[in-house]
Amino acid sequence: METAAVRQRTVVVCFLSEQNIFMRISTLMLLLTALLTAAYWLGRGKVLKRIGGMQSIRKLHSLPGYYGYYTVICCGIPALFLLIFWFMASDALVIRWVVSQLPGQLRGLPAAELGLVINDIRNMAAGQFINPDRVTDLAAAAEQYAHLKNISRWALAGSMLVVVSLGFGWAWSRLNPDFRARNRVERVVRIGLFLASTLAVFTTVGIFLSVIFEAVRFFHKIPLTDFLFGLNWSPQTAIRSDQVGSSGSFGAIPLFVGTLLISGIAMLIAVPVGLMIAIYLSEYAAPRIRSWVKPVVEILAGIPTVVYGYFAALTVAPLLRNLGESLGISVASESALGAGLVMGVMIIPFVSSLSDDVINAVPQSLRDASYGLGATRSETVKRVVFPAALPGIVSGILLAVSRAIGETIIVVMAAGLAANLTVNPLKAVTTVTVQIVTLLVGDQEFDSAKTLAAFALGLVLFVLTLMLNVIALQVVRRYREQYE
Amino acid sequence: MPHDVKNSEGTRPSTPGVIPFDESRRRVEAGLARRYRQERRFRLVGLGAVILGLSFLAFLFVTIVGNGYGAFWQTYIKLDITFDAAVIDPDGGRKPADLSSANYGRLIRNALLDIFPDANNRKDRRALKALVSTGAAFDLRGRVMADPGLIGSTRPIWLLADDKIDMLFKGQIDRSVERESGRLKGRQLAWVDKLIASGRMEKHFNTRFFTAGDSREPELAGIWGATKGSFFMLLVTILLAFPMGVAAAIYLEEFAPRNRWIDIIEININNLAAVPSIIFGLLGLAVFINYMGLPRSTPLVGGLVLTLMTLPVIIIAGRAALKSVPPSVRAAALGIGASRVQMIMHHVLPLAMPGMLTGAIIGMARALGESAPLLMIGMIAFIVEVPGTPLDPSTALPVQIFLWADSPERAFVERTSAAIMVLLMFLLLMNVTAVWLRNRFERRW
Repeated sequence: METAAVRQRTVVVCFLSEQNIFMRISTLMLLLTALLTAAYWLGRGKVLKRIGGMQSIRKLHSLPGYYGYYTVICCGIPALFLLIFWFMASDALVIRWVVSQLPGQLRGLPAAELGLVINDIRNMAAGQFINPDRVTDLAAAAEQYAHLKNISRWALAGSMLVVVSLGFGWAWSRLNPDFRARNRVERVVRIGLFLASTLAVFTTVGIFLSVIFEAVRFFHKIPLTDFLFGLNWSPQTAIRSDQVGSSGSFGAIPLFVGTLLISGIAMLIAVPVGLMIAIYLSEYAAPRIRSWVKPVVEILAGIPTVVYGYFAALTVAPLLRNLGESLGISVASESALGAGLVMGVMIIPFVSSLSDDVINAVPQSLRDASYGLGATRSETVKRVVFPAALPGIVSGILLAVSRAIGETIIVVMAAGLAANLTVNPLKAVTTVTVQIVTLLVGDQEFDSAKTLAAFALGLVLFVLTLMLNVIALQVVRRYREQYE
Repeated sequence: MPHDVKNSEGTRPSTPGVIPFDESRRRVEAGLARRYRQERRFRLVGLGAVILGLSFLAFLFVTIVGNGYGAFWQTYIKLDITFDAAVIDPDGGRKPADLSSANYGRLIRNALLDIFPDANNRKDRRALKALVSTGAAFDLRGRVMADPGLIGSTRPIWLLADDKIDMLFKGQIDRSVERESGRLKGRQLAWVDKLIASGRMEKHFNTRFFTAGDSREPELAGIWGATKGSFFMLLVTILLAFPMGVAAAIYLEEFAPRNRWIDIIEININNLAAVPSIIFGLLGLAVFINYMGLPRSTPLVGGLVLTLMTLPVIIIAGRAALKSVPPSVRAAALGIGASRVQMIMHHVLPLAMPGMLTGAIIGMARALGESAPLLMIGMIAFIVEVPGTPLDPSTALPVQIFLWADSPERAFVERTSAAIMVLLMFLLLMNVTAVWLRNRFERRW
């Protein structure tokens, strides 16, 4: 009986909260849009009426629309801040309240376990299946959670109305024909544009902080030197502390070697082929051929990586294995060679289009001078164009390397999971990105060294690729200036 | 020797012109044949590289199309189903609850037993029933629920075949191998042959593939759920990334003063465009899911992550488009008294819009193919239901491909390739639109 009642209650709770949050939020948005539209016409109308209609528009400081926009800004921006504040804070407040009402033994749990309890409450309120022996304890809390959530949504709608009307009142009191509405509106527009441009900086900072925060927690558990110079990687940690082999080892050298091996193979394919394609297209090919070959080669860059991964795992790997068998060599079915080859193909257009750009940027006068001395085309390419383009090409290759190191899906699908410390391309190796994915996909406990290790690897990856990119972009920039 | 000619500059002794003219001409001519050979070789190597690149592409497409075109057809078995009232509606009340929970599998088994009365032990019957997909019973249920008048009649109905039978019928698996491996029982092969001989087995166009969500059974699995998930994600991305990207581009191109802070922003944008996508996934996991508590596995979070990834692409394209608007347009607008904001909003932006849209579409195409960051934010859950809003858990097209590529069933190979073909079609469509936009609206000033 007890369980039936609980189930009943869960169903009710589920109905309360699941009942399309999405629709409610979009209703709120529609309401807000309607209010703002009304504010526009009211603001515009007020000044027009004051001066006596469109015929005396010259008495206005700004075009009538700007008075409308000014009203919209006064109403909309506070509402926007309120919305952001609500999204950031309301859930935390609700959770805090729910936790304070929990029975004592649950409230006293350590933070990590309390987090699990809170998750259960959330899931239960959303009507999802949860751990059955917790159901009775948490039903009340889940119901309260859903109830408070509901209140907070209504509070949002209510305070939104208040804020919008306050803003409207403020704008209304200031609107008169002499008011410099255009200047105000334009200032807001400029601030908005500026904020949009800083988003990229915030993204970088966000990446850096989120990665370094978890990575530091990881380095509290595993010393940095063990991580960077350890030769053994087996992150499987035991769930209970009394289990055998509970201390996973987190030496990342095998991952670094594996990453470099696969990227190295990829670059061995991509650099010569990509470079020769660029040289052929820019120095030899007729314009007609160039105009269709170049986009076709670039299709290779547009193909999603998951397609390459599928291709590597299902076509190239068996091909290599069979080839190896017929030659009497054993090739692992997840060999570094297979993943590297396919990754190389993916990077070809990257190298070729970057090199093509820099080769084309070499001034024609250099080539003409070389031809004038009697050099053949290939001699001109090798001794004049190539050295002149070298900095650009090198930086293009650096960007390509950073791409190869950060490439994920191909290696997840086609490279191995076991961290073998080897440079034999026929063996299976694993990479940094593969480990990040395997550590973070699926069920995770957010505090274990295993999950945190993924962020430490992410930090290494981020710093490494960032350095490569900065160097490459700097070289490109300086090089461009040289010939411009 | 070309070498000597060149090096002579460096090693030239104090008296110039040591080599007499005839001598140097003789040396150059002696080396000519070799130099022309080198030239031809170099050229051939270049041509070879181009051909190699193109043949990689051709090989890739041929493999995928060759593997995947079969999935657009699906094997069906025609059975004379008797909608026996005693089985599905013993009460005779035609109540929807009764009809929906009735045992439709029994109808299928009865129909199969009518054709193959030789299946008389339990093992054989199970093997016999396994010819038809487990989804067939739901199909029958749907038909009865829609038209209860069917009850009591006997109709020939095309039912979905099991994936192994489908593979066998399409000739994608080898009969002798299957017999040995025991995945297909000996009897099953004989039954299939009989069904084929009596015209009861046919391939029909696979509409299910385009309308169903994911499934563990290959013959029931479709891409509609993943497509919708991808659609919602791109919707979130374009709604956020396009306005922000355009705004950022306008600021940097039209308003930004030349100072250190702006330099930092610019370097940042260029760097972000080259940060590995999986790092954005880590950001999404740490910030959107663990810090802000947004729901896992939803297109909303996926769209937010892809927004951050696409933003640099859109900003860079947007700046290029703004740069291509000639200064005379700006000067004219300012000259007749427009403010700078008016000059940009009324004149420069409309002219730059086609270029910006082109960049946005190309950025969207990249976002559509992206899968690594989505793995991080839990979009690889196995989700059968088709998402209805951006807040429902779902997967995305490339992730669906990733999931299917991992599945052991032979029939999923075909479906993975078919899903890839669909994904590539979408990408092609987007890129063609971008090129069309560029050609249609591009202006030479």
